[in-house]
Amino acid sequence: MNHKLSRFAVPYVVWMALFVVAPIVLVVIYAFTSDAGGFTLDNFARMGTYAVVFGRSFKLALIATLICLLIGYPVSYVMSKEGPRFQRAAMVLIMLPMWINFLLRTYSWMSILENNGLLNRLFQKTGLIHLYNSLFGTDLSYFPMMNTQGAVILGMVYNYLPFMILPIYSVIVKLDGSLIEAARDLGADTLSVFRKVILPLSLPGVLSGITMVFVPSVSTFAISKMLGGGTEMILGDLIEQQFLGGAYNPQLGAAISLVMMLIVVVCMVVMNRFGEGEEQAVML
Amino acid sequence: MSKELIRLRDLCMAYDDELVLDHLNLYINDKEFLTLLGPSGCGKTTTLRIIGGFTTPASGDVLFGGVRINDVPPHKRQINTVFQKYALFPHLNVFENIAFGLRMQRLPDASGKRRNRLPEEEIRSRVMEMLEAVSLKGFENRRIDALSGGQQQRVAIARALVNRPKVLLLDEPLGALDLKLRKDMQIELKRIQQQVGITFIYVTHDQEEALTMSDTIVVMDKGSIQQIGTPEDIYNEPKNAFVADFIGESNIIDGLMVRDHLVQMYGRQFPCLDGGFAENEPVDVVIRPEDIDIVPVEQGQLTGTVTNVTFKGMQYDIIVDFRGFKWLIQTTDHSPVGARIGIKIDPDGIHVMKKSPYSGMFGDYSSFSDEYDELDVVEPEEGSGDES
Repeated sequence: MNHKLSRFAVPYVVWMALFVVAPIVLVVIYAFTSDAGGFTLDNFARMGTYAVVFGRSFKLALIATLICLLIGYPVSYVMSKEGPRFQRAAMVLIMLPMWINFLLRTYSWMSILENNGLLNRLFQKTGLIHLYNSLFGTDLSYFPMMNTQGAVILGMVYNYLPFMILPIYSVIVKLDGSLIEAARDLGADTLSVFRKVILPLSLPGVLSGITMVFVPSVSTFAISKMLGGGTEMILGDLIEQQFLGGAYNPQLGAAISLVMMLIVVVCMVVMNRFGEGEEQAVML
Repeated sequence: MSKELIRLRDLCMAYDDELVLDHLNLYINDKEFLTLLGPSGCGKTTTLRIIGGFTTPASGDVLFGGVRINDVPPHKRQINTVFQKYALFPHLNVFENIAFGLRMQRLPDASGKRRNRLPEEEIRSRVMEMLEAVSLKGFENRRIDALSGGQQQRVAIARALVNRPKVLLLDEPLGALDLKLRKDMQIELKRIQQQVGITFIYVTHDQEEALTMSDTIVVMDKGSIQQIGTPEDIYNEPKNAFVADFIGESNIIDGLMVRDHLVQMYGRQFPCLDGGFAENEPVDVVIRPEDIDIVPVEQGQLTGTVTNVTFKGMQYDIIVDFRGFKWLIQTTDHSPVGARIGIKIDPDGIHVMKKSPYSGMFGDYSSFSDEYDELDVVEPEEGSGDES
């Protein structure tokens, strides 16, 4: 019986082998190959020049993850305390942007943040810019928001926030209510109940939320390209350039990809250690 | 016995228009082991939750030492609870679970202004003392999920008692344990209660548990108290057919109180010890299965036919048909199915009750298989209850 059923796993295994394992193997091979085709470590040595990009990528991804956590945790907590109707409605609202194509969503942020975009026109209409100019003695006709690190972080937070909310929410909503009653029974006030019981027990959700936001943030390239305008290059852009851009150098691109992958894996192993023994392991 | 500690005055409670507590009045003495006993849905758990502060009654008062505590939140009551499924904190080890309440405590300092935590040494010594009291010494660093059901149970008790509450509430705490462990824990709980000398309020649907441990049993049904009394009172002098049926096994027969100390059943008169009824008042007569003697037909006060025999180890449970009404008799003598037997009941084996809304609902063993099976219903086991 089991043997027969295992045949249904074949397509999945083939798929994984073709599109997950094989590309990784190729990346590894490329990373250790020179232009001429021989073995080399040059690709890694040359990466030093891009340390700034590495630093910037991790900085922006960390900031975005932190903001997602600061927004996502309270939202999840409040949601889980409300009635089932509120929870369903909130869930739909959180998922709603995900029904729209990722690029379209990001494009729309461009038209919001542009120099004569929606926000700037609003600031002009409300006199906010005028007020700012008179307060700080500047002479701006708009706030420059596009092509800044802030815009890139905003794009990351906007796109990946649901991945923070969902795992935290699903852990909190499943928390055994009798544990909270037990804590209150033992003398804990509302704050202590949160600090001593709810927060530690929701940690697995927080850890998987952090992973699910940080990993795509650190490797994204569309967001920085569109909202950062290429001036705030991060790892994703750098790698893209090596394969598709003017700096064509797939060997270097592969090496950078490999290093990034290793860093992400190390981060996740550390996170897993951190939450060891908790019910829900951090998942990829 | 001693002075009153808790009084529940005229408590009412309804969920979705369904009355859960119906003008409940009850007082609970200091240092008493009191059990709220009844079938599920009788309001016993709601009553416990109101005392613990987790549920607010729709109307009525909760008094603690004479002070109304309706609006006092649970964490400010001198009451601790052992929850049905223990509700131990999975992220803390045994020591930290027990220390939880102590770490929450804040003591005013000499000036009475600042509030200080308990010193670590005191927490440590009190937790260790508690671990010893529940025979879990050496388990302090264990994870909760590495404990058996019985051990978790004892951690839950220790976690509540370490705070030295005035009252301990226990919500069916033995429900998840297997039979043997349950019996051991009954004795253990009673011992702990006598040792710490505080009030235990215990909720259960298990009449045997209630009889074993309690000083006072409160039998509840449909949000009302049916009877309050000592285990002996409740068993020997049930107030109505519900109590008689719920506690132990009972044959409940329609009767007529001819006059004091004489009751009529099946057209025959039986001497009894009860009095205080009107002449010829219709009554319910309770006869416990173990109070019936089987005698030869010609000596019997009543004669009937054996319809079923079950060997129970200590005794035979036999079902006897008396003119269509089936009785349960427990006897050490074997009588084969189909035999005609006579029975004799001593005056002190007969208990007469006033008619109640429950009359006619219980006490007939005709639907033998249905009703009789309830005896042996074992609650579905939650997890493993075995000591390892």
